[in-house]
Amino acid sequence: MKRILDFTVVGKEDFGRASWLRLKADEPLPDMVPGQFAQVMVEDSPKTYLRRPISIHDVDETAREVSFLVQKVGEGTRRLAETPEGQRLNVVLPLGHGFSMEPVQGNVLLVGGGIGIAPLFLLAKRMRANGMSPQLLLGGKTASDLIRLKDYQALGETFVTTEDGSLGEKGFVTQHSVWKQQQFARLCVCGPKPMMKVVAALAQEKDIPCEVSLENLMACGLGACLCCVEDTVDGHLCVCKEGPVFNTRRLKW
Amino acid sequence: MTIDLGRGLVLRNPVMTASGTFGYGEEYTDFVDLARLGGIIVKGTTLHPREGNPYPRMAETPSGMLNCVGLQNKGVPYFVETIYPRIKDFDTNVLLNLSGSTLEDYVKGAEMVDALEKIPAIELNVSCPNVKQGGMAFGVTTSGIAQVVSEVRKVYHKHLMVKLSPNVTNIAEIALAAESAGADSVSLINTLMGMAIDAERRRPKLSVVTGGLSGACVKPVALRMVWQVAKAVHIPVVGLGGISNATDAVEFMLAGASAIEIGTANFIDPAVSVKVVNGIEDYCQRHGFEHVASLTGSLKTDNC
Repeated sequence: MKRILDFTVVGKEDFGRASWLRLKADEPLPDMVPGQFAQVMVEDSPKTYLRRPISIHDVDETAREVSFLVQKVGEGTRRLAETPEGQRLNVVLPLGHGFSMEPVQGNVLLVGGGIGIAPLFLLAKRMRANGMSPQLLLGGKTASDLIRLKDYQALGETFVTTEDGSLGEKGFVTQHSVWKQQQFARLCVCGPKPMMKVVAALAQEKDIPCEVSLENLMACGLGACLCCVEDTVDGHLCVCKEGPVFNTRRLKW
Repeated sequence: MTIDLGRGLVLRNPVMTASGTFGYGEEYTDFVDLARLGGIIVKGTTLHPREGNPYPRMAETPSGMLNCVGLQNKGVPYFVETIYPRIKDFDTNVLLNLSGSTLEDYVKGAEMVDALEKIPAIELNVSCPNVKQGGMAFGVTTSGIAQVVSEVRKVYHKHLMVKLSPNVTNIAEIALAAESAGADSVSLINTLMGMAIDAERRRPKLSVVTGGLSGACVKPVALRMVWQVAKAVHIPVVGLGGISNATDAVEFMLAGASAIEIGTANFIDPAVSVKVVNGIEDYCQRHGFEHVASLTGSLKTDNC
């Protein structure tokens, strides 16, 4: 069930271009699926009229905590990323459809680019809890983009690329040597659209089921305004409601 | 809190949700008890299915947003067969917002909706700014609006509300034309035509360049138009445009609205509609209004 909840920011770690926010809810949290997202209110500015859609990065039901990795893209996300500890945030969650969680025969690779690594944390955590052993392939422009890398590494074998070569293999995630060394049975991808399109093409070539998480511009987050549509084999579908996670076979890419 | 808008459309309170901002109601049932609302107006529907405009369809603006959705919908027959059975038993008034690009489409659509027992009213959309051959062609002239309203009136026997465009020189004249042609009420305003540019990329932010502006920023314009129209017509006026809280809603009623619609604010607070219902009730108690209908047009302008 979707809820409107008040949270208190109980932890903030600033990584320069992004920050990691931990929020504690006043009430118990609803069930959340990896890949779902939240709509966060950024108050007191006419420039941030609408809520900001943010991926659910991690959940601790017992502590009633949700966390987000917020990249400072514009005014709203910058203000959000700089929210001081102790401040209240109003959040609507969980929204949309997440990644498939059914066990699969063979290796599962979670591919993240830039801030797109955010939802893969909860995904890897839940997959492990379900007895799966996901591998991760994370890419950034530079080493500092790979926020919480050690925590990701604790969740599964993790491969890294950076565009400047400061960490892992130099280049894009799609150029990593792991693609030549291993076979995969499923890909779960989140990152910039051009990167996801290349991974989707790779998946199609190798005939691997592939899910991608989209981030089209949206207003409501509930499937009402019909602004965030993506062109699919079933027509224009709302990323907020039918997605944000789509099997690439449904997309007209 | 009851409001009688005429020809069988009776609201349990003056608060409805605006078309295109509340889906088919189903999208909001986690947040809102629909039985607390005066009504919901479902997504703009045309006789034939429409895929709408390409992405991107929205741009945030100071205290508002632009959209150019372009009436994406599955058509009246799909609504009748698939959506209506799911929503017909909601414990509130479910109004259908009907749009079209030809007179014939409006009339055929209205005939089909007339047969739906649980839809007590149509909100006739002659004011969508985002469709090239859209309803707005009818909604911006007195002759255009008179033509579409009188033709629909011939086949539609329940409450006919006509949603007016603010993108006109004299909205009161348009409202009068709708009234003369048989409208039971008018609702206003639809979105104001606007535009946003990404200077860095030197490109428009919307796929079709222009779009409809909504949200808190349009409220003063909407309020002024409601006031002008309410003075001109003798049918009920339904006010909308940037209403975000109960005080905004009361202001529209003071200006002459018999009921109000909440639009873009539903995106920001999905539970806002019920808060507005409660807030209007509080206002009436604080100011000694026994019936909410007494608020309508009670603006004091004696010293103006």
